[in-house]
Amino acid sequence: MLRLNDIHQTFHTGEINEVRALRGIDLELLPGQLVTVIGSNGAGKSTLFNAIAGVFAPSQGQIVIDGVDVTTWSEHRRAALIGRVFQDPLLGTAASMTIAQNLTLASLRSQRLGWRTGVTPTRRQEFHDLLAPLGLGLETRLDSRVSLLSGGQRQALTLVMATLANPKIVLLDEHTAALDPATAARILTLTSQFIEHQQLTTLMITHNMQQALANGDRTLMMDGGRIVLDISGAERQQMTVQGLIDRFSQVRHSALVEDELLLAS
Amino acid sequence: MATPAVTLTEMRNRWLRGAIAVVALLLILGPSLLRLAFNVWLGAIATGLSFALVALGVYLTFRVLDFPDLTIDGSLPLGAALAATTIVAGVNPYWTLPISFVGGAVAGTATALIATRLRIHSLLASILVTTGLISINLRIMGRSNIPLLNTDTIFTPFAAPFRGALVRLAGEGATRYASNLLTIVLIGLLVWGIKALLDWFMRTEIGLALRATGDNPQMVRALGVNTDGMIILGLALSNGMVGLAGALVAQYQGFADVNMGLGLIIAGLAAVILGETFFRPTHFGTATTAVIVGMVIYRIAIAAALTLSIPFPGGRLSLDAQDVKLATALLVLVALWLSHSQKRG
Repeated sequence: MLRLNDIHQTFHTGEINEVRALRGIDLELLPGQLVTVIGSNGAGKSTLFNAIAGVFAPSQGQIVIDGVDVTTWSEHRRAALIGRVFQDPLLGTAASMTIAQNLTLASLRSQRLGWRTGVTPTRRQEFHDLLAPLGLGLETRLDSRVSLLSGGQRQALTLVMATLANPKIVLLDEHTAALDPATAARILTLTSQFIEHQQLTTLMITHNMQQALANGDRTLMMDGGRIVLDISGAERQQMTVQGLIDRFSQVRHSALVEDELLLAS
Repeated sequence: MATPAVTLTEMRNRWLRGAIAVVALLLILGPSLLRLAFNVWLGAIATGLSFALVALGVYLTFRVLDFPDLTIDGSLPLGAALAATTIVAGVNPYWTLPISFVGGAVAGTATALIATRLRIHSLLASILVTTGLISINLRIMGRSNIPLLNTDTIFTPFAAPFRGALVRLAGEGATRYASNLLTIVLIGLLVWGIKALLDWFMRTEIGLALRATGDNPQMVRALGVNTDGMIILGLALSNGMVGLAGALVAQYQGFADVNMGLGLIIAGLAAVILGETFFRPTHFGTATTAVIVGMVIYRIAIAAALTLSIPFPGGRLSLDAQDVKLATALLVLVALWLSHSQKRG
């Protein structure tokens, strides 16, 4: 469903503050797979998501979504294929507009916008039926401004919006990190329901290693712009949080040794 | 079922604050308002309505798109210049309306393209276009001022029947109000029609995307909308309306002048802030009405301020026409400062 071939991303090329954020990412996601991504700050997780979503064109490499090479596509063109949820609940919705207006825009993803009325009675009924199973009471507040909702409600709405128009890929960037534990658990449950129900191919960044192992069927660990660990199946089922930490220390140690060797030579 | 977005107490607070603002303004300007002759009142309302599309344009860029656009200082005289030259050339005055709209829209598109394609800051982009427009407007007019006193205007076809109807209704004495009343009726209808069109547009799919672009561009891009395209569309619409206002103002005031847009942005902002303070709108439809009325209130306040005369050490302090710009700038400054401190507090 998603294939990344040797993606490199360098910022400030040739300048003193040159950053090599991604250094050769190869990745293949199968349809319906939920893959969790872990790694320390600056490992390149969010850069990877931005590269997939097309916020910038990669310095090198190729991105293929559902058999189509989208490497040179602009962000808004690629958006038809990709649903995104960010860490900050404020980023996923337009605060000054109503729930129905936000959902209307999301349902029009991948379509040409027209001069037709946006919020129609038919759409309102669809949104009502869509929101009712969440149990958050959002279906009765279709005409409320999103700014009146809580962080958890806004994130749930963003999740609905991201998965509304059958995206090929869903990118979740620590989407529960800014919420209180109870709400975070709630949103995570909703996430699994959505993914399972619609068979969505999903990449999920998380800081919580327990969460990374408990959800989905494959886990990636990133460090220094590379994928340093890729586990699934039986190996992943036996993996523990401590095991992950040990693997991470090993990787870090060998990286340090490499650097030392480089500096010494 | 629609649930009210605002609770009743909140509504009462809104009206209370609006009422307090009205009372405060009346206390300051009250005596002057009473001194105003009826025709000065009518004149202020007519001027306010001719400039009302400027308020809609400023609302669209500053509030909806969150794109501070100064191009209107150039697109109003552009609309006026286009209207005056086409009328003098003998064209039917009603053609000035679409021509001025398109002229303004082209100016707005130029600013939007400079800002989005060349990545130049919105304020600088609009100042660049406005500066260029000074020369263009002079080129169009061939001189700095064109009078429209003995020419046909959009009012001409209605002037005689309107005057007749007025005499039948209120007697011969009413004729001295005829010109201002006709302006209020005709331009009022036109402005209302454009407001209704704008309200409809903002409910369409494209309109929703435009509103969301000003609110959260990152989300809008993630939903597959080209935000640059929305900014171009918004600025074209806004400046088109201002160009149209230029045609109306020129025909109501009886001249087009290259300097008539000077400081217009501040007048537009004053109208938007006055409208929002008095009406506290929660929906787009009420907001557009609010800023139109805001422009009328602004012109009435100016008419009243011009007759203001307060005791002052060593004589009396009174305002002249030349002080209007300074007074407006101070008014907008105070209003901006108040709304900022409200947000922080």
